[in-house]
Amino acid sequence: MSVRHISMRSGIAAFFLAVVAVTLPAHAMDIKRVVSPGGIEAWLVEDHKVPVIALEWAFEGAGGTDPKGKEGLANLTSTMLDEGAGPYDSQAFQARLQDNAIALGFDAGRDGFSGSMRTLTEHRDEALELTRLSLTEPHFAPDSLERMRASITASLKRDLADPNYVARRQFYSTAFPNHPYGDEIRGTLESLPTITPDDLRRFVKGQFGRDRLVVAATGDISPEELGKALDTVFGGLPAKADVPPIPDVTMSGLGQTILLPRPTAQTVMLMGQPGVKRDDPDWYAATVMNYVLGGGGFGSRLMEEVREKRGLSYGVYSYLIPMDHAALVMASGSTVNAKAGQALDIMRQEWARMAKDGLTDQEMADAKTYLTGSFPLQLGSTQAIARILLQVKRDNLGIDYLNQRDRYINAVTQADIKRVAQRLLDPAKLLTVLVGKPDGVSPTRTIEGGS
Amino acid sequence: MPAVLSARRFAAAGLLALTMTVAAPLAPMPLTAPPAYAAEKGVFFPESFSLSNGMQVVVIPNHRVPVVTHMVWYKVGAADEERGQSGIAHFLEHLMFKGTDVIKPGEFSRIIAKNGGRDNAFTSYDYTAYYQNVARDRLEMVMRMEADRMANLKLTDAVVYPERDVIIEERRQRIENEPADRIGEQINATMFVHHPYGTPVIGWPQEMSTLTREMAEHFYKTWYAPNNAILVVSGDVTVEELKPLAERYYGAIPARPVPERKRVTEPPLNSSRQVVLRDEEVRQPSVRRIWTAPSYRVDPDHQAYALQVLAEIMSGGTTSRLYRSLVVDQKLATSAWLGYGPTAWDMATLSVGASPAAGVTMEKLESALWAEIDKLMKSGVTEDEVATARKRMLAAAAYARDSLTGPAQTLGAALATGQSIDDVESWPVRIDAVTADQVNAAARAVLSQTNHVTGLLLPPTGKDS
Repeated sequence: MSVRHISMRSGIAAFFLAVVAVTLPAHAMDIKRVVSPGGIEAWLVEDHKVPVIALEWAFEGAGGTDPKGKEGLANLTSTMLDEGAGPYDSQAFQARLQDNAIALGFDAGRDGFSGSMRTLTEHRDEALELTRLSLTEPHFAPDSLERMRASITASLKRDLADPNYVARRQFYSTAFPNHPYGDEIRGTLESLPTITPDDLRRFVKGQFGRDRLVVAATGDISPEELGKALDTVFGGLPAKADVPPIPDVTMSGLGQTILLPRPTAQTVMLMGQPGVKRDDPDWYAATVMNYVLGGGGFGSRLMEEVREKRGLSYGVYSYLIPMDHAALVMASGSTVNAKAGQALDIMRQEWARMAKDGLTDQEMADAKTYLTGSFPLQLGSTQAIARILLQVKRDNLGIDYLNQRDRYINAVTQADIKRVAQRLLDPAKLLTVLVGKPDGVSPTRTIEGGS
Repeated sequence: MPAVLSARRFAAAGLLALTMTVAAPLAPMPLTAPPAYAAEKGVFFPESFSLSNGMQVVVIPNHRVPVVTHMVWYKVGAADEERGQSGIAHFLEHLMFKGTDVIKPGEFSRIIAKNGGRDNAFTSYDYTAYYQNVARDRLEMVMRMEADRMANLKLTDAVVYPERDVIIEERRQRIENEPADRIGEQINATMFVHHPYGTPVIGWPQEMSTLTREMAEHFYKTWYAPNNAILVVSGDVTVEELKPLAERYYGAIPARPVPERKRVTEPPLNSSRQVVLRDEEVRQPSVRRIWTAPSYRVDPDHQAYALQVLAEIMSGGTTSRLYRSLVVDQKLATSAWLGYGPTAWDMATLSVGASPAAGVTMEKLESALWAEIDKLMKSGVTEDEVATARKRMLAAAAYARDSLTGPAQTLGAALATGQSIDDVESWPVRIDAVTADQVNAAARAVLSQTNHVTGLLLPPTGKDS
């Protein structure tokens, strides 16, 4: 709850998605593979320096597709699992979490349904029990459901005043029509009222299966203790989930420029085209290329041309978005309405320049030292380490991945960059969404009135 | 779906209570209600020393990963600006990346990045801070670079004026694009009629466009001296390792006279005020009210810790009073909160707010919200509520050291706003000593002030749902 306004020089936040695309010295972490007596596997970084334990897990693919007319079901479920479970009603459950400083959270995504728990060692057993209850005996009381539904509805309405959100929604619905990736994960004002407690029960019963479970843990816990904990928390789940498959998809809307007029001071620009998936052989080349193009914040080409040289924007970024069934390479930024056309032209020119000329040797070298050297900076907390482990495990990169990552990045050649840049970057094919009152752009479609 | 661009804000919600929270003159020990267990002094266990030029150095060893956070905090911020030059503190923060004799414009962050590091800076009312997160073997390099720009900043018009356009774009992005941000600025400006806390950190637009290189240089020469700065290093380093480096790089910069921080005070204000923003982009209305409150530093009646406990009781999660009453029981709101952050050089503020459930009028929501505040003032909180809040706050504080940057940020902000390391380390003891009587006295003192400001964010007339 900040009451002081604090203003910062930059926001490199957009970079975070490529998080696992970034490195670790071999000596820094010893990752153990733990298999519980009941056969549940997890990766563990044991660390007894701080009396904290973090557990992170995901059910792969769960919640990817909401039933027709029930859009928002997975996300609504994610808000309801800690609203009363087992012997505790909502207030009692929350009080137990708060009294013991246990953080328990769930997140619905299109590629899976994830959860996280953080506790102090002294409250470990309580934390594990509450986690177990939330997954296996949630109440889904009508009262709580109404409250969560109201909260999500309010958040959807609030977001309509955020031009970045409006741009994102338009982009994804245009890029992936008739596919879950194009839908708002929180559902719609029409679908939310139709969701019932029975829908939530069916969702949990059908989608939380041990065959979909991926787990990582970090902190003050031994492999033996973790083994027992895994059986405690997840042992009661069904062996098999019934998750509807999501088809692979390539994005639509290529070459379109869509304008949504809004009374904002700036024009928000969001553009993208098909990218590389995480298991693509060109992933590392694309990562290096993206860093130079617009992933690296200060010093990246987009930032240099748009902000540093011309003062057109506070920040312009590019990023890779790898998903299980599609992939994107995107760029975004915002600029005063009167100069939107100019900023957009520059961004497209940089797109084309990268496709044509690739990187200089110096850019290549600097990108590699950053991407390899900066990785340990992300290991600042117990939970951060567990999250990275989980992502590596979900991406099937292998338990040795963190030791190999530098090698993969350093192996990228200029030929690799040229190949991947030519394959990915074509300004004529960008889907561009503009929100604001931009001058100097010619949209292919204008959508009045709001989304 | 992933967030596409979320500009980082330093003091975001969700940080530990400690981050917002740090220290004032010791509250008298209570004679009643001894805590069930004794909280112990010590949160971050830092070590500290001073250089001969007066620069304070704080080290927070954390040997988990071979990396460090290196921060330099200047005890100057937007509230120290000359009238008519709003935004100059933040503008200078940007310009500090524009080069010295040895670092070319724009090279600073590039050098950090090619060494596998990340850097940034931020400006508040009371401080300006610069930081780098790097591998431990790059610590000396960043110290050399940061010390260099403390003494040798070189600005030219060619780099200064495009950057002025950047901060103007930053203002548009942060404040002007969204009605919720615009009303926040207006509420603040209405709250403080004379004190500089009423002027936005980023500046007023008509003044930002007139800021000059000379103004930035003047601000730099006036305030950026080692004796007005604090070095905070957290991570895989010891005092023994850091001391010679600090002496070599920062100790070599001579001290020079720095003005006393002289802030004007607020005149007596005896009227309540209301700020209303109606905007067609608003589909989800909200209300908020703010009062001035003691900060850790300006706290004659020792109320800051009690107010933090109050915030936990009223607003700490879904079992808190406001959430339970307005959201769970009465079903009038989708959110309800009370916020208080005592880390400030001058006075702090306490605020209360809520957003209505569908079909609930703002009048109805407001009367329920003010009824909760009245109930608090009349009946107070119970000793049980205080005990639960204390316990939760102390439990949460146990996570404080499980972070590389958090401890450096908390200590830096505390020291830059007039607190001592002892204040910060005594936080658990002082929270543990808070009684219900103290919470009630502090709540009444703040909330009985009638010169509050109420902000209403609404859809256009006729579109209220």
